[in-house]
Amino acid sequence: MSEAAAAQSPWQTAKIIRIEKRTPRVTSFVFKLSRPFVYQAGQHVDVRLTAPDGYQARRSYSIASAPESGGTIELAIERLDDGEVSPFFHEVAVVGDEIELRGPLGGHFVWSDKDDGPLLLVGGGSGVVPLMAMVRHRAARKSSVPVALVFSARIWDEVIFRDELIKLDDRRDGFDLVLTLTREAARRPEDYSRRIDAQMMMQSMARLPEPPKLAFVCGSNAFVSTAAQALIDADVPASLIRTERYGV
Amino acid sequence: MVTRGFSSGRRPPTDTDARIPPGQYLEQGFPVLSTGPTPRLRSEDWSFTLKHGPRPIKKWNWAEFNALPLTRMTRDIHCVTAWTKFDTAWQGVLIDDILADAGIEPPTAFTLAHSFDGYATNVPVKDLVAGKAMVALLYEGKPITPDHGGPARLLVPHLYFWKSAKWLNGLQFTERDEPGFWELRGYHIYGDPWREQRYSGDP
Repeated sequence: MSEAAAAQSPWQTAKIIRIEKRTPRVTSFVFKLSRPFVYQAGQHVDVRLTAPDGYQARRSYSIASAPESGGTIELAIERLDDGEVSPFFHEVAVVGDEIELRGPLGGHFVWSDKDDGPLLLVGGGSGVVPLMAMVRHRAARKSSVPVALVFSARIWDEVIFRDELIKLDDRRDGFDLVLTLTREAARRPEDYSRRIDAQMMMQSMARLPEPPKLAFVCGSNAFVSTAAQALIDADVPASLIRTERYGV
Repeated sequence: MVTRGFSSGRRPPTDTDARIPPGQYLEQGFPVLSTGPTPRLRSEDWSFTLKHGPRPIKKWNWAEFNALPLTRMTRDIHCVTAWTKFDTAWQGVLIDDILADAGIEPPTAFTLAHSFDGYATNVPVKDLVAGKAMVALLYEGKPITPDHGGPARLLVPHLYFWKSAKWLNGLQFTERDEPGFWELRGYHIYGDPWREQRYSGDP
């Protein structure tokens, strides 16, 4: 992002126009921007809440929607029990509320269909959100870049965007979904039920016509450390691996 | 703009207010952020090079670097992702002591700090000298873990923490203030948390 582009990311108000429960802990909020911006799949926004006495709380959330979503953005927000901002969204926010946000932000964990492929995406829990923007961007652009998404969730019902992902997978158009459940048995023949390891990475990459040109890994720090090491053990050069880590 | 229905929040105790820059919250843990996989560097493979432009001034290996004077620094740190952590305790070699060992005065007013993974970040010389910054070797008395930048990381605690480059392998004097990795990707060229200089274009 150039300096001029970033200078055009002032705080703006955005109205919640749709709320959709994704999983027991994750709900999507779709915002209509008062000042629409162009963004790249993988970027995030900063959200800030202001109390009547002026106290402000601010958090970053990845954008789940494709850049083609036209003036709206979707944030999929996981409820953190000891959180400050996520409980507000889950318990207080309703359609019609106006929220302050600024963006788009971040210029490293981004992918466009003009970039090289194949692409390997590895997400843990809500770490799938920026990867979902990439998958949706690919679909919106009718791109033929081969993409494999390895998505780790605890249980089947915590697979965020599950129906949409499976529908995209069923197209057999070069997008491959691999689910791994860490606390339940696998439901589909191509899926796993264990933590991510090098063997799973190798088998998932074998679904691509050639080795990935770029790998994006997102999730908790523990997840990203494990998954990035599994990729390195599966002979993916560290220089091709981009990471984004949530929380402690 | 007041947000409808937001009143409580997780306010810090009022006696700590003055230590928390605008837009930050107090974090008890120590979150990890990085752009790629964590490099696993053995200290015997580690080195630190001081450069002026492309020209090396002096290079230290791990043993030579550890023979430099060790200084303690306990500081609050502020990450641009909005967490602030109080009283982080480090030990390392002050930039002043590195320059003294190399026998030089800063030849320019700007630097780029470089890391083993290709990361770089710019820090003006005035923010590194006079006891303001160090190359940290220990955190809470123990070797810095790889996730937090070990074997050695830069510590510039008064700027947003992306300036405190992990897996440090060199410091390069530059003629101009040259943007580093995040500074080229939308983040502020200087990064003062007290002026909330998060992104380029912020005052």
